[in-house]
Amino acid sequence: MTKRSIIDVPDLSLPELDRLMDTAEDIIARPDDYADACRRKKLATLFFEPSTRTRLSFEAAMYELGGNVLSVTGAATSSAAKGESVADTAKTVSCYADIIAMRHPKEGAALVAARNASVPVINAGDGGHCHPTQTLADLLTIRREKGRLDRVTVGLCGDLKFGRTVHSLIGALSRYAGLRFVLVSPEELKVPSYVKNEHLKKNGIPYLQTTDLEEVIGDLDILYMTRVQRERFFNEEDYLRLRDSYILTPEKLKKARKDLCVMHPLPRVNEISVAVDDDPRACYFKQVLNGKYMRMALILMLLREAGKL
Amino acid sequence: MNVDAIRDGIVIDHITAGCGMKLYRLLGLEALDVPVAMITHAVSAKRGRKDIIKIDAEFPVDFDVIGYVDPGATVNIIRNGELQEKKQIEMPETLVGVIACKNPRCITSCEQELPQVFRLADREKKEYRCIYCETKAAGL
Repeated sequence: MTKRSIIDVPDLSLPELDRLMDTAEDIIARPDDYADACRRKKLATLFFEPSTRTRLSFEAAMYELGGNVLSVTGAATSSAAKGESVADTAKTVSCYADIIAMRHPKEGAALVAARNASVPVINAGDGGHCHPTQTLADLLTIRREKGRLDRVTVGLCGDLKFGRTVHSLIGALSRYAGLRFVLVSPEELKVPSYVKNEHLKKNGIPYLQTTDLEEVIGDLDILYMTRVQRERFFNEEDYLRLRDSYILTPEKLKKARKDLCVMHPLPRVNEISVAVDDDPRACYFKQVLNGKYMRMALILMLLREAGKL
Repeated sequence: MNVDAIRDGIVIDHITAGCGMKLYRLLGLEALDVPVAMITHAVSAKRGRKDIIKIDAEFPVDFDVIGYVDPGATVNIIRNGELQEKKQIEMPETLVGVIACKNPRCITSCEQELPQVFRLADREKKEYRCIYCETKAAGL
């Protein structure tokens, strides 16, 4: 029995990732078998930063496993407003809950929580740093849509500098064979060099950097669109200038493959036209659903490892 | 220039020329109430020039600080006027409480009682990263 927390995707080995995806597929196929799997167990969702889908996804996941949820939303309504440290919050909540999912605006907050909690902690996003459960949703979506996670050409488009989902996804996919990345962004929002060095260059993965989406869209198996995030900018002028850099429309999709898979971590602002939603290649709402199943699988795994199930 | 030999103490030798004062500050030597000699740009057969620090007292040297600032340095421990031990310093895998993360988005920027911890991310580039936010350590 070991208490283990998940701060970033590399905390999970490739066999563990495969098992999580297998569990998620099994939950999708036989949901009734899991309806009481976490009976009498409590998940605390501590969200110190605005979030709709991630918090609801965790809560829905726990309810569908037959468990209960304790919820804190927004720093203003919690002890954080009184100056309580993340460490003290984690120790306190460990007294009430069997597992914690935490989102916090500061990078590294989840690691601090994990080091101080006596129950497993799942990082539900720590500033611009990591968002591992989004990556789990992304991996399951690619596996379900393409039937594999290797030998795919993945286009990442938009804010590749501050987009934590992009960094996590690059890290996770870099562990599979035969990958190729196409990185589409404005000059100011390119993938940071440390991400390229640690994942792409170190693993000898070919990649192309470009500012032109239309030029490369026909080469892609996956197109992962991202939002330019207002909250990551200190300067409003820069945000407004870069916000509308790339907008995916049905017109641009005409140049894409018939089996392209269009993904987005959501929420979108305007980077994917609503008219694209009816295209069978639009997979971003399936991705939301897959996220819930992967969170169910992860909660199950961590509670089992901690000896709570 | 002559500096007396020490009887019981420490000599930090082969410091890259110009790095001696950084080490002096980071090791907290200015707070010591014992004789400390700082020799800069001494002639070195191997390196051309080097800095040397001599501390004329037993002192708990933080090898991690030396390994971070100048991993090529050596530490000689002197007892009864004799060289008792010579340590070749290497870069530490983790660095605790030596440097601070400069990322304003890092949890350490608002929770200042957290220990500042950096991990060695790239030995060749001598690159350390904050364990909380992965930000690269700024130079000294």
